[in-house]
Amino acid sequence: MSSSIVSPKKLFSIYKLPGFTFIAITCFVMLYAPIMILVGYSFNEGSSLALWEGLSLRWYYSAWQNEAVKDATLLSLIIALQASLYSTVLATMAALGTTRTRAYRGQTAIYAMINQPLMVPEIVTAVALLIVFATIKQATGYQGLSFLVIAHTAFCVPFAYLPIRARLEDMDRSLEIAAADLYATPWRCFRRVTLPLLLPGILAGAMLAFVISLDDVVITEFVKSAGQDTLPTFMLGQIRRVITPEMNAIASALLAVSVLMVSLIFLINRKKT
Amino acid sequence: MTDPVAISVNQVSKQFGQGADAFFALDQVSVDIRENEFFTLLGPSGCGKTTLLRLIAGFEHPTAGHIQLHGEEISHLPPFKRPVNTVFQNYALFPHLTVAENIGFGLDMQDKPAAEIESTVTEMLQLVQMESMRDRRTDQISGGQQQRVALARALAPHPRVLLLDEPLSALDYKLRKGMQIELKRLQLETGITFIFVTHDQEEALTMSDRIAVMNNGQILQVGSPNDIYDRPSHRFVADFIGDTNFLSAELVESSSEHAVVKLSSGKNLVTGPTEATLNNVVSITVRPEQAVLIDDLANADLQGTVTNIMYSGTDSHFHIELPSQEEFVAKVQNAGPARRDWETGQTVGIKFHDNAVQIVED
Amino acid sequence: MPDDSPSLSKYELAARKQQTRRNLLLCSPALIVLLLAASGPLLVMLFYSFLKSGNYGGVIYEFSLDGWLNVFLVRDIFDDVLKVADAHLSVFWRSIKLSAMTTFTCLVIGFPTAYFIATRPRESRNFWLFLITIPFWTNLLIRTFAILELIRNNGIVNNLLTDLHIIEQPIQMMYTDFAIMIGMTYVYLPLMILPLYASMEKLDFRLVEAAYDLYATRIRVLRKVIIPLIKPGIVAGSILVFIPSLGAFVTPRVLGGGKNLMLGNLIELQFGQGRNWPLGAALSITLLFIVMATLLLYVRYSQKGGVQHEQ
Repeated sequence: MSSSIVSPKKLFSIYKLPGFTFIAITCFVMLYAPIMILVGYSFNEGSSLALWEGLSLRWYYSAWQNEAVKDATLLSLIIALQASLYSTVLATMAALGTTRTRAYRGQTAIYAMINQPLMVPEIVTAVALLIVFATIKQATGYQGLSFLVIAHTAFCVPFAYLPIRARLEDMDRSLEIAAADLYATPWRCFRRVTLPLLLPGILAGAMLAFVISLDDVVITEFVKSAGQDTLPTFMLGQIRRVITPEMNAIASALLAVSVLMVSLIFLINRKKT
Repeated sequence: MTDPVAISVNQVSKQFGQGADAFFALDQVSVDIRENEFFTLLGPSGCGKTTLLRLIAGFEHPTAGHIQLHGEEISHLPPFKRPVNTVFQNYALFPHLTVAENIGFGLDMQDKPAAEIESTVTEMLQLVQMESMRDRRTDQISGGQQQRVALARALAPHPRVLLLDEPLSALDYKLRKGMQIELKRLQLETGITFIFVTHDQEEALTMSDRIAVMNNGQILQVGSPNDIYDRPSHRFVADFIGDTNFLSAELVESSSEHAVVKLSSGKNLVTGPTEATLNNVVSITVRPEQAVLIDDLANADLQGTVTNIMYSGTDSHFHIELPSQEEFVAKVQNAGPARRDWETGQTVGIKFHDNAVQIVED
Repeated sequence: MPDDSPSLSKYELAARKQQTRRNLLLCSPALIVLLLAASGPLLVMLFYSFLKSGNYGGVIYEFSLDGWLNVFLVRDIFDDVLKVADAHLSVFWRSIKLSAMTTFTCLVIGFPTAYFIATRPRESRNFWLFLITIPFWTNLLIRTFAILELIRNNGIVNNLLTDLHIIEQPIQMMYTDFAIMIGMTYVYLPLMILPLYASMEKLDFRLVEAAYDLYATRIRVLRKVIIPLIKPGIVAGSILVFIPSLGAFVTPRVLGGGKNLMLGNLIELQFGQGRNWPLGAALSITLLFIVMATLLLYVRYSQKGGVQHEQ
């Protein structure tokens, strides 16, 4: 029967492999289901973590009323803002000093140092920082926030560095040459051409650093002094003791910030092409 | 041609790479470019023409030699201190600025007052007929329009010399023809010296006052388009520009006014003077359209057997094998009066036009 | 570097020197901060691993190899005899075992998923990729917490199963190796998918067509063409999952409880109740060493032409 219609699903496609689509869809569901359930239950009226008793913002309100949560949120923001600002400035300078240049002695060592926080397990860095900072704390008696800020700045540098460097490498070299040709001194060329063109990369870098700092648990847990809980270390402490629906609300709020930031970075990078 | 010299390039060399990788992009190049001239650097890619342009612009610095602008040494000035502007191959328009801001950029960097920038930008927009695009972003205009903006931007600071780095290579054929006329008009209107880099010999011939033909980091010949085409000094020049035939001949007479070469057929022909050594074998070149095919073998300069006939619309190309094993191609106009009903295998005579033969250096 | 070749003019040499100076100047602030709060502390830690442990945490500034000795050996309290530290060995073994299992599970799930994304129409690929990236950049603690909510004794899964009368008593999933593995698979899965996708995106499907044309079946195309061609992606993804799994701290702490320690938790113990800083430092350096060795092997592999198909 030459005229019979074959269902399009039965037609051979070189792209299809048996079971692959099923596993892929399952994978996406698995990736999102736990987060979705978490967010869903944060709006649960009841105090049970498993029983749905209707929609409510009760736990968000209760978390907001909790002084410890408020303090931790504030501290998280203070540290993340400072760390992302400092690390972005450092990373921008380092990116300018390592890209689009003839190879120079020590360049590989600089790369290795900048990317070191990405390669060394976080727990190792955290313990090393604990040893050094605890010694300094004991010697000087100073227990302020600076320890956390400098630790966060250091491990945020590679995250801020990556998008800035990528942007710089994509940048058309002839634009700066053209500016020099049109009487722009090196400094004015940087301010009027390089910096404006680099801005999306810097913005993406800063936001990435912000998210990374905001989400950090391990290093903060080891570096913090008494009473310096950030939102994630506060959560870690709570999880060990008692889990209240309040935790769902805090987690969902943190999640929302991350997702928002990452979506923005995605949009910025997309606009460029 | 008594205009004073604008750019003087003196014994300039440029080396890239080190040690075993080292190579000379320019090898002791000297050339004088006059004021008010449309000067073209012509050559295949990698010949050093863009390097020479970049040295004049100040994007690179010479390894040796001097570059002078109106008698003033500029070899080691940074680009922002040279009254020379460039039109880039890819235009290099600032994507974060509007058309008008791009054109005004150079004046702004020179700290010109806003009113002057404003009026110059307007003038430049008129000059390149882009008034309506003033506030567009540069990625919202077509390739041809970007080309015009790039030109206007480079002309706005009124440079002493304008450098153009293959500015037409990104345009399609039609736009390119239009821009060639436009560029020539702009050069005449502004009276600025244009130094134009191209690998397109046709473009070079139609637009230039003078052409420098370059190969392997050296300038082989400088001259008017006519000189370059009709009196090539080097085998490479003759070969690179248009089609041509090369033959071996013996130099039998040489003086300061003329020279005489003896062809493989035994015929003697008079050519221009040469520096080649007497009684040596030299290469001569004859353009395919500078010869006619005739029956009268006795009267011919050469004779040979037709091996192939290629029809190409306006003319036909006759491939003729000479007794010396050399191949000669004669171009015969299909609409002209010359006889062209030869067939392959026939023996024909080849007669050169007057002054058709040119001795070239290998 | 043969930068001082005499064939360069003095201007070029001066310009190069100036450029290098400028580069170093631009990098130095970042390097100083990293030295202070990343590289430097690692060296200090190395130094501390050779000191004597203090009684109440901290160290006594005396040279001692006890820290390193204690990584694998324990001194018996009563007769001072050195014995193999079974507790530590079992933690090492658990770390490696769970990391390997996590890597394998991620590969089994990640491979078809990356393939699925790579075979979507070009316009929608970015969307699917974005779906993978989002969890990657969100808080690891929160994602672990989400798993905790799911598998707790009175969590979603157990409640659902009891409600459906499939089980009478909740299944104990928390505080097991299984829980740690599930958690790590969940949090590190994107790290497997992204490099796999990067490799698959470059896969030339004309080669797949050619294989089918030459009578290969689907399974054989997968085994003989697709997998060999994207091997670099498989290796990169496996490394990217294996390394953080080995150093995992948060996930085993939240899901594994106090008994099912991994290396990261063993290290933490030395700075908490255990209070043996030199041992903690030595353990950290051991972990670092394993990670660096793995990375080095990977670099060797990719330099030896393991990525030759990527052009």
